[in-house]
Amino acid sequence: MSVDLVVVGAGVVGAASAYFATMAGLRVVVVERGAIAGGTSSAGEGNVLVSDKEAGPELDLARYSQRVWREDLAEHGDLWEFESKGGLVVASSAQGVASLRALAVRQRRAGIEVRDVARDELPDYEPHLAPQLAGGAFYSQDAQVQPMLVAAHLLRLARAGGAQVRTRTEVTGFLRAGDRVTGVRTSSGDVAAGAVLNAAGTWAGGIADLAGVRVPVLPRRGFILVTQPMPTRTIRHKVYAAEYVGDVASSDAALQTSPVVEGTAGGTVLIGASRERVGFDRTVSVAAIGTLAAKAIALFPMLRGVRAIRTYLGFRPYCPDHLPVIGPDPRAPGLWHACGHEGAGIGLSAGTGKLISQALVGRPTDLNLSPFAPDRFPPAEEGTR
Amino acid sequence: MPHVPDVAVVGAGPAGLAAAVEAAEAGLDVLLIDTAGQPGGQYWRHYDRTHARPEDRIGHHDWPVFTRLRTRLDELQAEGRIRYLPGHQVWLITRDSEAAFTLRVTATTSTSTAAGGASGETLTAHALILCPGGYDRQLPVPGWDLPGVLTAGGAQALLKGHRTSAGRRAVVAGTGPFLLPVATGLARAGVRVAAVIEANATVGWLRSPAGAVSAPGKGVEALRYAASMARHRIPYRTRTVIREVLGDGRVDAVRVARVDGDGRPTGPDEEITVDFVAFGWGFTPSLELPLMLGAETAKDTDGSLVVTVDELQRSSVDGLYVAGEATGVGGATLAVTEGRLSALALAGDRGLPADPTRVRRLRGAVRRARRFATAMHRTYPLPRAWPEWLTETTLVCRCEEVPYADLRRAHHELGAEDARTLKLLARPGMGWCQGRVCGLATAGIAAWLGGRETGVDDLRPLAGRSLAVPVPLGELAALAEETTPLEAMDEGGRNGD
Repeated sequence: MSVDLVVVGAGVVGAASAYFATMAGLRVVVVERGAIAGGTSSAGEGNVLVSDKEAGPELDLARYSQRVWREDLAEHGDLWEFESKGGLVVASSAQGVASLRALAVRQRRAGIEVRDVARDELPDYEPHLAPQLAGGAFYSQDAQVQPMLVAAHLLRLARAGGAQVRTRTEVTGFLRAGDRVTGVRTSSGDVAAGAVLNAAGTWAGGIADLAGVRVPVLPRRGFILVTQPMPTRTIRHKVYAAEYVGDVASSDAALQTSPVVEGTAGGTVLIGASRERVGFDRTVSVAAIGTLAAKAIALFPMLRGVRAIRTYLGFRPYCPDHLPVIGPDPRAPGLWHACGHEGAGIGLSAGTGKLISQALVGRPTDLNLSPFAPDRFPPAEEGTR
Repeated sequence: MPHVPDVAVVGAGPAGLAAAVEAAEAGLDVLLIDTAGQPGGQYWRHYDRTHARPEDRIGHHDWPVFTRLRTRLDELQAEGRIRYLPGHQVWLITRDSEAAFTLRVTATTSTSTAAGGASGETLTAHALILCPGGYDRQLPVPGWDLPGVLTAGGAQALLKGHRTSAGRRAVVAGTGPFLLPVATGLARAGVRVAAVIEANATVGWLRSPAGAVSAPGKGVEALRYAASMARHRIPYRTRTVIREVLGDGRVDAVRVARVDGDGRPTGPDEEITVDFVAFGWGFTPSLELPLMLGAETAKDTDGSLVVTVDELQRSSVDGLYVAGEATGVGGATLAVTEGRLSALALAGDRGLPADPTRVRRLRGAVRRARRFATAMHRTYPLPRAWPEWLTETTLVCRCEEVPYADLRRAHHELGAEDARTLKLLARPGMGWCQGRVCGLATAGIAAWLGGRETGVDDLRPLAGRSLAVPVPLGELAALAEETTPLEAMDEGGRNGD
């Protein structure tokens, strides 16, 4: 059989790409080696954030994605618990507040809504916050979704439009005509296609390798703690400490933790976010979960006696310059990439999927994709993989 | 450098108690950790010693075995050869080096601090014998979430530990021989037991001769129960199930029907008036601790996930021994034997002399008891078609209030083909109990909807838990504070600017 597009990966980015490509009239097959949304899509908090990004290409993509979530996908928002809850970033010192204000100035220039929050206004936003904080900033556009439901429903909608989803189907190689990629070899047969989209998330580097091109996506591990269910609106927004923005942008391999605390529709409170580069090690790190707990308590002292009922971990798909890889790969014509979104993949998936579908059908894209070019990385250095 | 014991035994039920005593007697330095305030586990659950009455032992099996082990525990503790830490729950085990396991524990009862333990502790040991025991298996059925519905084990625990029962007129339902002591125990306590409702055909464990011959004492036991059932005039209804628990706000009746060998109703429904129901579908092991360490598992004859061990109770993880129900549900006598064997095996592996004749005898006893357990599992299987009892509104997960309809929708519309995806999309097993109650049912439903037999891949995602029990965040935080100093909240964090 031959189709227009094979999407490799049924995570949230693959699902959004399959959905928009199907809506654009393409015949799509999604191949997934495991189950739908089984990788990093099932290991995050469902962040749809603008607050944690510096002005630049990623913030532009975040803003564009906001539009796609709130306009193109608005009618489906309830299916995946889209909640425009707003984000509150807090700082514990005058210096921290000053740098929050400076970031806000740059973000406003890029079109983000930021409200400066004075120290005495903090309790109006979050009554349980620690009293000694110095101030904060409120981002009304920050939102949350249930990412597994996003992926599952986008794939359902794509199937309703004629797409096929094949789980437990692993890509083992590519069909080639000269340099050109003309389909995939899988554990259950070949699929010929006009284009192949690598949306394999943290494992996208391996798919690129199979095509003989280098896309340096590395795992950056993160833990999340989940508490027992709490009364609704105990914690009303996504609340995090200013250091989070710095940690997101850092490339350090050592453990970094910055408290991100929020309630969910189910009543549980989620506590993130740790970052460390330790490969695909799935061992629970006491240092990581302990530090998360300590920092969450520093923000919300009432959490001290609340019990954690589980912890989970995931591997963010991280690129050295912290930008995703989106677009056609000139080194292997016919191969496209939509991967490497690090910790922002849920929020950025909607925009990514729509932009990819525009490019695939040869229309001008709503956003310039050149900052995300797959061949922007220098050749492999020893030890980067 | 703090002293590191040779072995930490987790659980002080039949397997753990026997393992700890045997290990200490073999010359190993033992740490014994248990959730309860006193030894004995669920099986030998009893009133605390200061309030004990002679009649409490009625209905307890092998009570002399227990009292002998308890006396040895006291003596070995006094000699400093066992450190016993009751009232503490292990919530995380990690292997930080080849030589040692690290266990994080939290206090479970107010008495535990009096018994000498701090509330949260970090302990290490060179080897582990995990004896986590098991608990009642539950299957959802319409109305099973009504107040007045208990597990058979729960009903018995109330009697044994508190000398109290949950109502005046009961049915005991499900499958397996355990329904009988629960029913007769309730009857002795003055409860009118309207019937024992057994889903399978007979009490016929004699049907599998190989198993029955290996445990001749069990036949005598069966006769004793039969006599006691007759004395209390308790009807024993086989090939019958409860199709619905009825009541407005609490149980006031059950609707029962005859079923075929797969559990599909064949006869008309009948109502029995009761004010409480005890459900027992056999037992399933608690596997969070062995799974945390990556131990290999398999599906046992009874459909439960169990840890795979060799003939000396060694798991696939070096230094990790597992004994008792966690290796396959088989009762207390088998658990005691496995506990002893695991301790001798460990002693041998650590270079201490272990009597080969005794090891051989214990291995033979384990083999015979396993054959008997397997025969029992074959006689009292979970009815294959149990998911057909569910209606759209039957709650599968009670913590998260997930009805069967949500699981069906996640499967049919959203493509949740396996148990893990079902859990992620419909939330069964995501609540307070983390799938302890609904795990088996969710795994079974995933397989049923997929048209396949329940397999290890269905069971495992619902059996593993990242934290073995809920832990206060303050206790987690204390661990980090003791290992790494907490940096300032935001200074120096803006290095990305």
